[in-house]
Amino acid sequence: MATTFFFFARTVLAWGAALLLFFPLGWLFLTAFKTELQAIAVPPLFLFEPTLDNFAEVQRRSDYLLYARNSLVTSVGSTLIGLAIAVPAAYSMAFFRTRRTRDILMWMLSTKMMPAVGALLPVYVLAQTAGLLDTLTVLTVVFTLSNLPIMVWMLYSAFKDIPGEILEAARMDGASLWGEFRHVVLPLSLGGIASTGLLCLVLSWNEAFWALNLSSAKAGTLATLIASYSSPEGLFWAKLSAASLLAIAPIVVFGWFSQKQLVQGLTFGAVK
Amino acid sequence: MTRLLPRALLAPAVGALLLWMLVPLLMTVYFSVVRYNLLQPGDHPFVGLENFTYFVTDPDFGPAVWNTLVFLASVVLITVVLGMGLALLVDAPFPGRGIVRVLLISPFFVMPAVNALLWKHMMMNPIYGVLAQLSRGLGLEPVDWLTHAPLFSVIVMVAWQWLPFACLIFITSLQSLDREQMEAARMDGAGPIQRFWYLTLPHLARPVAVVVMIEMIFLLAVFAEIAITTAGGPGNESTNLTYLIFKQSLLSFDVGVASAGALFAVLLANIVAIFLIRMVGKSLD
Repeated sequence: MATTFFFFARTVLAWGAALLLFFPLGWLFLTAFKTELQAIAVPPLFLFEPTLDNFAEVQRRSDYLLYARNSLVTSVGSTLIGLAIAVPAAYSMAFFRTRRTRDILMWMLSTKMMPAVGALLPVYVLAQTAGLLDTLTVLTVVFTLSNLPIMVWMLYSAFKDIPGEILEAARMDGASLWGEFRHVVLPLSLGGIASTGLLCLVLSWNEAFWALNLSSAKAGTLATLIASYSSPEGLFWAKLSAASLLAIAPIVVFGWFSQKQLVQGLTFGAVK
Repeated sequence: MTRLLPRALLAPAVGALLLWMLVPLLMTVYFSVVRYNLLQPGDHPFVGLENFTYFVTDPDFGPAVWNTLVFLASVVLITVVLGMGLALLVDAPFPGRGIVRVLLISPFFVMPAVNALLWKHMMMNPIYGVLAQLSRGLGLEPVDWLTHAPLFSVIVMVAWQWLPFACLIFITSLQSLDREQMEAARMDGAGPIQRFWYLTLPHLARPVAVVVMIEMIFLLAVFAEIAITTAGGPGNESTNLTYLIFKQSLLSFDVGVASAGALFAVLLANIVAIFLIRMVGKSLD
């Protein structure tokens, strides 16, 4: 009897907590399909006839597709370049350990502690001198560099989980380094590599500080588009909601499918 | 060959990060000791520590440091405690657990700019906001959250975003908790509180360390939420160090003072980092 009660209470509590936490997003979703009048109705409307006008208006007002393309290019680009640099580094540290490995890992993480705002002026000046302000190139490079320490750490933990004996055996059989990576390490660490890439993609897509300060009309990402709605335009809630929904939907849906991967990789192997 | 190859593999990452760290740092050190305001063209005379004195005696400085620390401590505390509670709640199977997990994790993927606008306009607006309508429904006076409790409001929206992260890491960790040991403890008469205190909590020590570390890295740099909702105000009530330096550099165009401030932020970040590295150092090997 008591067990049934606890089971019931747990179910209700868990659902209640989840719906409460999700409410702001659910509300954003509903508002995106309302008219401006319905959006600010008192008391709030839960039932209404949905309209798609807001989405059309968002695209008409500022080229949403251009910003979406910029977000896609910079986040996918920085993820791929990041992986290309981080995978060899993590591989080297996990399988050719030296006394300095630990120090290098710590140092890499410490560069992530350096607040972005501390690097803003120099990077701004350098980008300006090189004529790279408001270009996708500078955003991609900056996103890559700021995610690199976390990527190396995640990949290092993933590689370290592979038992040394398997590699030992492959080397005895005369496998080249590439062969060893391709046929032994890669299949065993695919989950870790995937979760590293996923996190990098999410972080770059949502990045606001560098995007707001280094780009504007040409290379602006969705974060810059959304921030532009904080001006008086922001008062149009339904359009703001539609723009927001368009900006977050791809990455939130993507996150739903990859949550398991992501969490396993994010814990740096410290959680088993 | 066996000595060279590992280094060659490591070199691109080390080189890139070295440049990423050193070049801005050296430029910042240079900027910080010269008079350099973008509004006053001309050469940049050496002024010694004047910029530092100016930054540290700025009336906004003390509050900004305080706000940064209060913000950091509050968000970490809220997310760890509530995250743990939620994780324990959804640890055992119940109908719809998969959907509940999806709903719980969603805020983590929302971009900070959207998070800020969503809370500012749709939740915390004193007239039409959901919170205002809720309090009116309960017969209370609606609160203008961003004006009257700006720091608290920013804490709420950022904690909302990071709670799922803490929660999911704890869920993952709980799955590896030794069920037989738990059962044995129950047989021996250990109550739920004792079992939590002596078995679950020690098991969660490492994931807590990981959550604290990752959150600190990202929370020290929180920018968009403040820039979009309160712009640090009213006054300096929700200004953190990141935002204060941003204000000096891009709003006042004072590169010299901003650089002095940036060096201070680097110092603070490194003090925090030393604690963190001690904490997680053990989980490295």
